[in-house]
Amino acid sequence: MSKNILTRRGLMRTGAAAGAGLAMPTIFTGQVWSAAHSGYTNAPQGSTVTLGFNVPQTGPYADEGADELLAQQLAVEHLNGEGDGGCLNTFSSKALKGNGILGKKVQYVTGDTQTKSDAARASAKSMIEKDGAIMINGGSSSGVAVAVQGLCQEAGVIFMAGLTHANDTTGKDRKANGFRHFFNAYMSGAALAPVLAKEMGSDRRAYHLTADYNWGWTQEESIVASTEALGWETVNTVKTPLASTDFSSYITPVLNSGADVLVLNHYGGNMVNSLSNAIQFDLLSKQVNGKDFKIVVPLYSELMAAGAGENIKGVLGSMNYNWQLDNEGSKQFVKSFGEKYGKPPSNSAQTCYAQVLLYADACERAGTFNPCGVAEALEGFEFDGLGNGKTLYRAEDHQCFKDVLVVRGAENPTSAYDTLEIVEITPVDQVMYAPDHPMFGGAEAKLGECNPGA
Amino acid sequence: MLGLSSKDTALLIIVALLALLAPVLLNPFPEASAMAQFNAGYPDLMQRFVIYGIFAIGFNILFGLTGYLSFGHAAFLGVGSYAAVWMFKLLSYNVVPAILLSVVVAGLFSVLIGYISLRRSGIYFSILTLAFAQMSFALAYSVLSNPKFNLTNGETGLQVYTDDPQIFHRAGLPDLPHFFGLSMRSTYTVDMGGWSFDFNAGYYLCAIILLVAFYMSIRIFNSPFGIMLRAIKSNQQRLNYTGLNSRPYTLAAFVISGMYAGLAGGLLAAMDPLAGAERMQWTASGEVVLMTILGGAGTLIGPILGAGFIKYFENIFSKINDNVLHQWFSFMPDGAEDFLVAIVHPFVGKGWHLTLGILFMLVVIFLPGGLVEGGQRIGRFVFRRNNRKGGGLEPDAKAKQPAE
Repeated sequence: MSKNILTRRGLMRTGAAAGAGLAMPTIFTGQVWSAAHSGYTNAPQGSTVTLGFNVPQTGPYADEGADELLAQQLAVEHLNGEGDGGCLNTFSSKALKGNGILGKKVQYVTGDTQTKSDAARASAKSMIEKDGAIMINGGSSSGVAVAVQGLCQEAGVIFMAGLTHANDTTGKDRKANGFRHFFNAYMSGAALAPVLAKEMGSDRRAYHLTADYNWGWTQEESIVASTEALGWETVNTVKTPLASTDFSSYITPVLNSGADVLVLNHYGGNMVNSLSNAIQFDLLSKQVNGKDFKIVVPLYSELMAAGAGENIKGVLGSMNYNWQLDNEGSKQFVKSFGEKYGKPPSNSAQTCYAQVLLYADACERAGTFNPCGVAEALEGFEFDGLGNGKTLYRAEDHQCFKDVLVVRGAENPTSAYDTLEIVEITPVDQVMYAPDHPMFGGAEAKLGECNPGA
Repeated sequence: MLGLSSKDTALLIIVALLALLAPVLLNPFPEASAMAQFNAGYPDLMQRFVIYGIFAIGFNILFGLTGYLSFGHAAFLGVGSYAAVWMFKLLSYNVVPAILLSVVVAGLFSVLIGYISLRRSGIYFSILTLAFAQMSFALAYSVLSNPKFNLTNGETGLQVYTDDPQIFHRAGLPDLPHFFGLSMRSTYTVDMGGWSFDFNAGYYLCAIILLVAFYMSIRIFNSPFGIMLRAIKSNQQRLNYTGLNSRPYTLAAFVISGMYAGLAGGLLAAMDPLAGAERMQWTASGEVVLMTILGGAGTLIGPILGAGFIKYFENIFSKINDNVLHQWFSFMPDGAEDFLVAIVHPFVGKGWHLTLGILFMLVVIFLPGGLVEGGQRIGRFVFRRNNRKGGGLEPDAKAKQPAE
């Protein structure tokens, strides 16, 4: 062991070294970020503007992420005036000219959220800090959306959410810099309820299996509320761990509970597995209380339908968008997407495509990339021609309001892509709710101030 | 100096210089160049390098010295993060109480888990720690985040809301974690020629804590306590037969490394005030094992190198997409360009795990001592060549090679 003797000379030397170290940064004639630029984070310099596409590339939602990325690349192409222009032709706002955004060519960077809020934030931070991204778009789960939305609010950039269905995103966790085009659990419930009443009657007994995390709970809450309003009875609600792959032990009690409808508040691989288990137990051919047993999957997606295969025949659910929708915007988008990638776009692809275009359009109309200007341009914006029909971006909570689709697993699909058929297009008035609805954080939920950063 | 041998002092000084100059060293390419893709000198990644370095140093005290392989260290990291965010929610955004509490809570938690797990050794110990960590993850992900008793906020991650008490928060203080008013996000950017360097307050806080942690780890390695831990690694049974009870030593090592993990977790939350449950998942525990082995288990600097290596891959390689590849190879004829892109494609972007896996295999097969062994071999190679030339540069070469 060496001894630790403090000498006068040693002390002076250390002091001098430490002083020099502390003085170091002041030697450089640097400029502080905010002073060098125009008052907001990552103001585009030169002739390009950078967008950040943060999607799950690994993990349980990698398929959704891959599809989102395709749509985002297509959107960038259309914004830069390449390809056939896509929905720029049908979009009700004509601010976009196909020459980039505000004359700047659109570039993009990509990142992997891994469907983990930590990794998603790290990836978004690197886009903002390193690549100078001015907007973050994408994501395939509500946890990630809420986490990244919070980050964008702190950093002072705009967040255009991808697929996120929980009420919280524009409910209790709403942020001034965050915008959601996708629909939510409340809308699913409100849209499904009348169809369920029509198809199954108003004296059903429902049994819920719910993925045990935030999204599952908000969806269960929403569906229970809207079905009970119909006169249905909720027999039981059971939470299932997210990591489960075998749901047999959860299905058996359903048979003995006296319930005649099973609601699966599951998504992705969870839903594929629980639905397959339910079919294996032959639930759909049972008769309970003198009625045919039914299964409902409130949130559907094409990729889940493909995963569940035969099992989804006749099972009801809701969607934000389906490529079979018959309107100008939708037809144009399906054509562009199909010609480029050889398949129709999914739910999540469409929402990301629409979000990128909406952001670009808002910049054009605001005449600036400043997040506060963009947010103002998006708030209360009414548009059409992006595939969903007439849509409103509500100012109070930054949630889009549009028609919601109720779909059913097709009995006789003709190709790998029309596994779902549209049962009803629920008009937007039926899924409207007040911004201070108790399921959305009540009166306490606030957007806060828009943050331009810097 | 500071009670260290001259070799260890040199090592500490090297680490200090690397840590303080990291914003410059990690940005070697001008911003406009195509190679800027490989720059790692932005605040978030630098913070991660340092924080995971602390995590790995702590893990190495347990694994490198006693040989007990814990597969549940991420649990302490996660607990530390939750503790820190709760301090933000209840007291204020000041990072000092948050970091202190995260260390204390992780320490208590590791006493509990260590007391039970250390009744077994070898693979049984590993499995027990893994089980505890997965249990903590499940608790954090769903059980403790139900609307009635919301301790962790589940999938979304615990974060600070405007209606939280924050009793010591005053107007004028930043609405982000700060060190007595100095925001962790405040960054001083220096533009020099084509280069741009970010000097970030949060990073320097982490770097200083890393140096303290590293210094403490050197002291532990050289202390009688450290020698006792090495004795446990070489043959615990023999130690027991001499009449020594080894369990207090292993428990102490476990708790110390748990506190290091808690410190890392607290710092993560201090840099970015959100604590996600995934931090506790077994993949996160596995990651720190990889970092330590990749860098060189049982060496002082190895874990820091391993942590930097893995985080670099995770953050830089995962962002190289086909678009970027096409830009790189655009000078080639069309066919060759597409061909090269197709070949490189599986190894970058979402394939970063693959590249990392291959490198990990190569390191484990050819450099069992990790990156540190690689450094030593290079050092020895240079040293020998110089010797042949006349040996004039010998002491110089010796100083350059990383010490164990």
